[in-house]
Amino acid sequence: MLSFILRRLLVAIPTIILISIFVFALQKLLPGDPVLAMAGEERDPETLAFLREKYGLNDPIPVQYFRWVGNALTGDLGISLRSNQPVLELIGQKLPVTIQLATMAMIFAIAIGIPAGILSAIKKGTAIDYVANVVALSGLSIPNFWLGIMLILLVSVKWQLLPASGYVPFDEDPLRSIQVMIMPAFVLGTALAATLMRHTRSAMLTVLTSDYVRTARAKGLNERRVILKHAFRNALTPIVTLSALLFGELIAGAVLTEQIFTVPGFGKLVVDAVFNRDYAVVQGIVLVTAVGFIAMNLLADVAYVLLNPRLRKQ
Amino acid sequence: MTLSRMTLAAALLGATTLGAQAQDLRIALQSDADVLDPDQSRTFVGRIVYASLCDKLVDITPDLEIIPQLATDWEWSDDNTSITFTLREGVTFHDGTPLNADAVARNIERSQTLEESRRKSELTSVTGTEVLGEYEIRFDLSTPDATLLAQLADRSGMMMSPDAFDAAGADFGLAPVCSGPFAFEERIAQDRITLTRFDDYWNADAINFDSVTFLPIPDTTVRLANLQSGDIDILERLAATDLEQARGDDGIAIESAVSLGYQGLTFNLDNGDRGDNPWGNDPRLRRALSLAIGRDIINQVVFNGAFAAGNQPFPPNSPWYDADRPVPERDVERARALLEEAGFGDGITLEVQVPNTTVPLQLMQVVQSMASEAGINIEITSKEFATLLEDQSAGDFIASQIGWSGRVDPDGNIHQFMVTDGGLNDAGYSNPEVDQLLNDARTTTDQAERKALYDQAQDILSADQPIVYLYHQNWIWALDASIEGFTPYPDGMIRLEGVTTSED
Repeated sequence: MLSFILRRLLVAIPTIILISIFVFALQKLLPGDPVLAMAGEERDPETLAFLREKYGLNDPIPVQYFRWVGNALTGDLGISLRSNQPVLELIGQKLPVTIQLATMAMIFAIAIGIPAGILSAIKKGTAIDYVANVVALSGLSIPNFWLGIMLILLVSVKWQLLPASGYVPFDEDPLRSIQVMIMPAFVLGTALAATLMRHTRSAMLTVLTSDYVRTARAKGLNERRVILKHAFRNALTPIVTLSALLFGELIAGAVLTEQIFTVPGFGKLVVDAVFNRDYAVVQGIVLVTAVGFIAMNLLADVAYVLLNPRLRKQ
Repeated sequence: MTLSRMTLAAALLGATTLGAQAQDLRIALQSDADVLDPDQSRTFVGRIVYASLCDKLVDITPDLEIIPQLATDWEWSDDNTSITFTLREGVTFHDGTPLNADAVARNIERSQTLEESRRKSELTSVTGTEVLGEYEIRFDLSTPDATLLAQLADRSGMMMSPDAFDAAGADFGLAPVCSGPFAFEERIAQDRITLTRFDDYWNADAINFDSVTFLPIPDTTVRLANLQSGDIDILERLAATDLEQARGDDGIAIESAVSLGYQGLTFNLDNGDRGDNPWGNDPRLRRALSLAIGRDIINQVVFNGAFAAGNQPFPPNSPWYDADRPVPERDVERARALLEEAGFGDGITLEVQVPNTTVPLQLMQVVQSMASEAGINIEITSKEFATLLEDQSAGDFIASQIGWSGRVDPDGNIHQFMVTDGGLNDAGYSNPEVDQLLNDARTTTDQAERKALYDQAQDILSADQPIVYLYHQNWIWALDASIEGFTPYPDGMIRLEGVTTSED
């Protein structure tokens, strides 16, 4: 098991290096001068020249890249051109926000998607199955921004049930923190729930027609036991893999959701940073996201092994 | 409302009501402020935060008159080459350091010498300061500078604790220490900036809140939704298209003021090779376009009539507006005649670069359809803002739709755009006569004399039209109806002196 994890970690290193080079190069290809973008209305040429020098923007791109890598290895991700805050500090502020959003969204997705998938698999061909499929399809097709704005107008403005937007740290006021996050997490969670539901349904259908399920039924086990203990356990493996892959979708979805609900998380940070040409921030976020994505997939593989005893022996 | 829904509402809202602090004022901003160091800062929203955080030597009235703030009195020397300020006594910074002439001298020195400072150009006329007493200081100038007081009514005149900036250097903005009504408490980027009441403030009686929280909420719909749901108390820059909805809500009050800035079309006259084009070479074409545009139509169609039509760098209600040149009526016939005269009777194409956001695109589409009736075919190139700015600055454009946020002193709206090699003269415009007039207007402190000089410059500029001015934005604030005593200012700032809430 340990050597398996170590091997996977070694494979991750070149992946991260490639991603960082790719993003660095892409950013430099973007039109728009970061110092000019930052200067806005105050474009004193002398100050602009000084800032270009200060942030090392005059150096050749490979030099800039290796300086960034060197600093990153010592834990220094540079400072934001816009707010002068260290990038690491910014990420430290934003990461818990997006983790909370992603976790709550995942809870919504699992709580809705998996039971709905199981239900529609065992009730295949009935009205319940069709309704579940229509709902899932809607969940996938309704754009996030539309659903978000509608929820704000309905739940916050009309009914005044939940705060319209913003963020409260969990350790400051847990209840309020969850209240504020319910709508964005729901919006983010619905699209994922739909994907999860469809996959759960097809995995369950495959398993339900297999021999051991027929055997289990033949033994006279009650249906609940057959479905949850025998069928669902085995259908779980592809679902876990899918959940890990959905993490990427979750982060991408968070970019949009955080914009709508003004959640000060990772997604909002990266969008604002791209528009402001705040290179150090973009680079830092991409690095952390890539590491996070790889870690999630590693965790999924470990869970996979734990769930499937046959893999443990190898 | 059914019983179950009420129960749900009560359960969800329970903690909200209990946890809320009655005397915290929550203000929604359109974007996040940049670094909170008045010397380095450059955003409009940053200045809104400073209005509560950092006092200035002088302030303005809603009519743009200069009034005392940290300086109680000032006097120009006879030849206008020096100005002596008398400072308010008993003022301290948030860290307890006293504000005196020495502190002011160190502040001006920092604004002029800190390498990251954005204030250098605003203070170029100041050659040095002389501390004359504990509360008296003289600024010596290289030439008479009529714009100086207005600069000192903004970021150049904001006083920071010298001990704090000596210790923090260029990182002062991470924990700013000033002398305003509220002191810096905390900042979470893109989420909030929290300031708490400064008990030793010199005008503490006028301040009625224990804290003020600034929340960046970029989406206008969401900003308004937050006000309607009671999550915020004041929002700045309500979208003109949301005015009707906001007016229909009894819980919301609206305040507005014509801004100091403008929006228009900047032409490339002589900024690089691309300046050599018919539009850059022949002022008749630019005048024709100006005549083809109905400015009131723009205001009605794009902004629901909430803004002000304009044709000069100053809005029509400004004391600096040249009333002899009112906003022209749309005249398609004359526009066509001018095109004919310039040799383009069969029509001509104009490529305009526009920021790729809703309002500028709508604006240009309206302009496009009006121009087409005069035989001008506008091709819209929409660009992301940072790219547009770079292309404009580098001269890679024919015409560019861009604006200016405006300054208190008229010089700030015209000088650097129109004088030869001016810092923001992206048009590459150059006219020695205009240079002379605009430079002269800087050196006299007599308002009538200055006005005459600007009017003369306007005579030339309205013939040349390197910038075709279109409209002046209105600052529109939406407030919770319980907020009282709010005064709209044309600089768009939110000043909290005298503002109260009728909620407990």
